[in-house]
Amino acid sequence: MITKEDVEHIGWLARIEISEQENVEYMEKLNSVLGYFGQLDELPTKDVAPTYHVAEIYNVFRDDVVEECLPQEVVLANTEHKQDGAFRVPKIG
Amino acid sequence: MAKWMSVAQVKEKIEENSAEEVTAQYLEVIGKSKINGYITVSEKALEQAKKIDAEGHNGPLAGIPIAIKDNISVVGLPNSCGSKILEGYIPPFNAHVIEKLLAAGAVILGKTNMDEFAMGSSTETSYFGPTANPWDLERVPGGSSGGSAAVVAAGEAPFALGSDTGGSVRCPAAFCGVVGLKPTYGSVSRYGVVAYANSLEQVGPLANNVTDIAVLMDVIAGYDRKDSTSIDSKIEYQKALVEDVKGLKIGVPKEFFGEGIHPDVEKAVWNAIHKCEDLGASWEEVSMPHIKYALASYYIIAMSEASSNLARFDGTRYGYRANGENWHAMVSKTRADGFGTEVKRRILLGTYALSAGYHDKYYLKALKVRTLVKQDFDTALSKVDVLMAPTMPNPAFKIGEKIEDPLTLYLSDVNTCPINLAGVPSLSVPCGFTDGLPIGLQIMGKPFDEPAVLRAAYTFEQNTDYHTKRPSEVA
Repeated sequence: MITKEDVEHIGWLARIEISEQENVEYMEKLNSVLGYFGQLDELPTKDVAPTYHVAEIYNVFRDDVVEECLPQEVVLANTEHKQDGAFRVPKIG
Repeated sequence: MAKWMSVAQVKEKIEENSAEEVTAQYLEVIGKSKINGYITVSEKALEQAKKIDAEGHNGPLAGIPIAIKDNISVVGLPNSCGSKILEGYIPPFNAHVIEKLLAAGAVILGKTNMDEFAMGSSTETSYFGPTANPWDLERVPGGSSGGSAAVVAAGEAPFALGSDTGGSVRCPAAFCGVVGLKPTYGSVSRYGVVAYANSLEQVGPLANNVTDIAVLMDVIAGYDRKDSTSIDSKIEYQKALVEDVKGLKIGVPKEFFGEGIHPDVEKAVWNAIHKCEDLGASWEEVSMPHIKYALASYYIIAMSEASSNLARFDGTRYGYRANGENWHAMVSKTRADGFGTEVKRRILLGTYALSAGYHDKYYLKALKVRTLVKQDFDTALSKVDVLMAPTMPNPAFKIGEKIEDPLTLYLSDVNTCPINLAGVPSLSVPCGFTDGLPIGLQIMGKPFDEPAVLRAAYTFEQNTDYHTKRPSEVA
């Protein structure tokens, strides 16, 4: 069971602000889903290897060659918050 | 104009008239839409069609209009992913599949509605409101590619692209009575497709018939160096359109006919299997004992990957930004206001499943169960050529019916999400109706054996008339 404090902590880790009222709703719905996930506990998997993805591909490399990329002004075109060719954000802490 | 034309019929119309004329007719149909299938209709579609007319009709899809799910990047058109957080964002580059479509001469009609960030099975979580099912406007079209399926079913596009992470092409295909394919993982590039759960998802086509699925696959599939999971399968999809299932071995996994399945769905799917038998195929029951754990495994993996993938939406480089006294407050407020409830739930659950102390219990466990589910597919498909089962256990539900309880909604993916864990190809083709609502037959195959899946689907389709039925609500 996750608690109100857990929801707050996860919200902080995920950088999603959660109000007091939302916390109660999330706690209820999240616990219901986690309860369902709990059914996996009954399945023994001690000697089973995990599958991260199914494509039988390992270590895809390319030559380290400089290629054309998007121009700076195009990359900055989707925000108003920019200055001197950089994205502008509030101070960190 | 005759609605619901096949690609071959659209081609004829283009030769008789022009690409411009055909595009204008589709835009007219879209203008009268009752289903809210498009988020954006392209203002450049007519111009693009004119250009194709001027250049002569070169390319396999010259002048053929297509609708694109709103999580696939098209230069110059908003790419909202059905979310407020991408407000105002215009992609500066095309997805690989879009480059392929444009090179083939296709005309992009617009971007279609979807569950926010492809998280849902009903297209109700879109910031732009739900899409209606053309067969019953009070019902959902399925999801998350509900807009793409609905516009094809309503005659607002001859075909469309969707994306399928846990059933998001096949579910709406089944609910809207169209054909939808989730290709083998790796066969279609994901470059330029906004990631939800990248180890599970593929771009997939939706169309009125199996032939048009193959036509589209021949254009969009193939190797792309910009997607590190891309595999060159060299499949010629249209060559697989053979009307013959003699000798084809069908496996019927009983686990896909579980508790809660609608009796008419069960009946329609068995009728389809028997139809294939009449046409020369054989069938046997197969057992896939870990399927009942697939849904939990799928959701843990999808949410975990989502919590990481969606970290990029922080208000910094594009889209919506809230005010905050410092960086953390700005990002936390942006994400609180910009994401809808279901997306936030999935990010929170994924963050929890990956967090210290819970990683092994949830995420690692789910990855191990994924191995067992994949082994079930390997074993079953070592004995048979294809598997057949219902795509969805029930027909389309009412708008609002399941949205309050996330778990109930998740359970509707029970027959589609195991396929994404295993990465195998799977197609949904119309196989009947219940109370006027379409039913989908799901045909699954071995990795990169789309030819067997298409052959079975094509033969079934050519010998039945379900795919010729059209919804009267939008006629």
